Amino acid sequence: MNRNLLGAAAALLIAGSLTSSAVAADKLKVGFIYLGPVGDLGWTYQHELARQALVKELGDKIETTFLENVPEGPDAERAVEQLVRAGNKLIFTTSFGYMDPTLKVAKKYPNVHFEHCSGYKRDNNMATYSARWYQGRYIQGEIAAKMSKAGVLGYIGSFPIPEVVSGINATMIGAQTINPNIKVKIIWVNSWFDPGKEADAAKALLDQGADIIMQHTDSPAAMQIASERGKLAFGQDSEMIKFGPKSQLTSILDTWAPYYIERVKAELDGTWKSGDVWGGLETKMFEMAPYTNMPDDVKKMAEDTQAAITAGKLHPFKCPVVGQDGKEVECKGGDHLEDGQILGMNFYVKGIDDKLPGK
Amino acid sequence: MQLILEKRAERSKTVALASPLIAIGLTIVTMTILFMVLGKNPISALYVYFIVPLADGYSLQEIAVKATPLVMIAIGLSLCYLANAWNIGAEGQFLMGAVAGSWIAVKTQGTGAGHWVLPAMLLLGALAGALYALIPAICKVRFGASEILTSLMLVYVVDLLLDYLVRGPWRDPQGFNFPTTAEFDPVATVPTLIEGGRLHLGSILALVVVAAGAVLLGKTIKGFEIRVVGAAPRAARFGGFNANQLILLTFAISGALSGLAGIIEVAGPVGHLQPGISPGYGFTAIIVAFLGRLNPIGILIAGLFLALTFIGGEQAQITMKIPLDVTKVFQGILLFYVLACDSLILYRFRIVSSSPQVARGAH
Repeated sequence: MNRNLLGAAAALLIAGSLTSSAVAADKLKVGFIYLGPVGDLGWTYQHELARQALVKELGDKIETTFLENVPEGPDAERAVEQLVRAGNKLIFTTSFGYMDPTLKVAKKYPNVHFEHCSGYKRDNNMATYSARWYQGRYIQGEIAAKMSKAGVLGYIGSFPIPEVVSGINATMIGAQTINPNIKVKIIWVNSWFDPGKEADAAKALLDQGADIIMQHTDSPAAMQIASERGKLAFGQDSEMIKFGPKSQLTSILDTWAPYYIERVKAELDGTWKSGDVWGGLETKMFEMAPYTNMPDDVKKMAEDTQAAITAGKLHPFKCPVVGQDGKEVECKGGDHLEDGQILGMNFYVKGIDDKLPGK
Repeated sequence: MQLILEKRAERSKTVALASPLIAIGLTIVTMTILFMVLGKNPISALYVYFIVPLADGYSLQEIAVKATPLVMIAIGLSLCYLANAWNIGAEGQFLMGAVAGSWIAVKTQGTGAGHWVLPAMLLLGALAGALYALIPAICKVRFGASEILTSLMLVYVVDLLLDYLVRGPWRDPQGFNFPTTAEFDPVATVPTLIEGGRLHLGSILALVVVAAGAVLLGKTIKGFEIRVVGAAPRAARFGGFNANQLILLTFAISGALSGLAGIIEVAGPVGHLQPGISPGYGFTAIIVAFLGRLNPIGILIAGLFLALTFIGGEQAQITMKIPLDVTKVFQGILLFYVLACDSLILYRFRIVSSSPQVARGAH
């Protein structure tokens, strides 16, 4: 008897939770796959902030779900498919390594729409989006060259993919406009998010004589090390000033919210179409954190450069771009490199005294 | 009054049977409290964790896919551990198998090679895993080096080798520099069993491995030797069993199974070689081996159960917005209770009345 009662209670409770989700079924379900934990305070955190902004804006029409800490291996495909099977009609997969898994699932479910961040493979129901962070890197290069006493920058890289390589090149081209003899030391940590490795890399770079830390990884660990050692650094993805109040010069802030809201609205209107969006400062796909811990003239210079890039007057990869071998890179975009050359960038520019891994 | 743990005269058979059930019961009670603290309905939460994944063909397949490498590796490890040989480096042997098997896939890519490719990859993967496992085994037998340390350290060696290969010589020329090989050709891919799902031939192989493990341990003299050498080394010596030979043998089998699991994972669910092909399968399999009490059938159940908690954890994130950390806490609590309850097989609680006053009186 008791047992039957318990069973009945359980059935009621379950039925209750099912009906509540049935009511929500009218809402558009939007799913997100995150690489790190939502609390990584970098890359994933920015996507999460954008999701929250999305909910704030369209919360009465949509229901969002995320899966965090999804490794870029065999588990990714399952994670994406789980979201599809849970009824999500628009799914954002927010890391490069989800490209193939997303494509596989997209082919299987032609009626579900996918948005993949920072990749190059697309389909009728799979769009891609990314930001022209190299614009921000160019500004950071100029600032770094002004602020570095040693003339040596320390750069923490994740993977030598074009996005990261073009960031290093843009930094150097920017820095060389201030100090033609600027040097950069690069450490690859082979991970997007590994605070331990990122911190070790920052220590090693400082020990090797670099006095400004730049990073293309996702956690504030490097900023904390720079702060401890009293050195300057740039944040990444997110506002990191509280980890280095006396260290952060600026930070590239990923601001995905406008894009997410726009795409979800399109999905709601039935006007969603696949494509590729690669926005920069001009469309606020990313922003620069306030310029801090620098003299006013450097700040002025940074703001002027930012304004010039935003207005389209300055292109970080304006020709001539000279490769490590001393040869000019073919100028396919008129007076600057064309997008395809930046998206597939597989060389270092002159002045980088290092070898691109795998080259 | 004092509560003490007292060693039992012999293993308690009742507790041995009841212990996993008690552990699961205690886990459920603890999780219920945790879910209530989090403001989630505990019954629906447990339902989502344990029942939902089992009620649907797709997630059943996914459980099998997730459990396949765990079970395969754990069977090999259980032989090592039974023989008192401590192979901690299954992760490395897994990666070595993946690398060696992928070599054939990469070299035959686009050459129109026939159906011999996949069998050759599986064989080479197993062979490479076995050879790689023999390094710490030989160091142990010849030089007395601790196999725990050497097998563990060799994980990092092959990890870096894999890294080098996919960044350099084997990198997909069309892959924009991302560290991965091109997708394997269909002849180099483990076939799936059900249209539209990910269940693959490897899961069948895992079942064969479980059966073979059960026969080896239960029905053969070698299996008996393995047990005796581990449980009673002196008796084994008197019996004329060669302990060193068994270390080499169990390491080789364990390495071969790990290597096989590695190449199956790469040629199956992943489809290409890249860093991060293993979310620590070689280490999780150690837990699976002990959770399954070093018994092949137990390992099969433990592997499936652990896989269930992964898939259920994802379901819970999706349908109930329960954070991933809760799934991790959940797995941790489960292991904690299993180990705690297992200690009751060999020990029992006893209340003794101690009288400190007497001790003081002796001054």
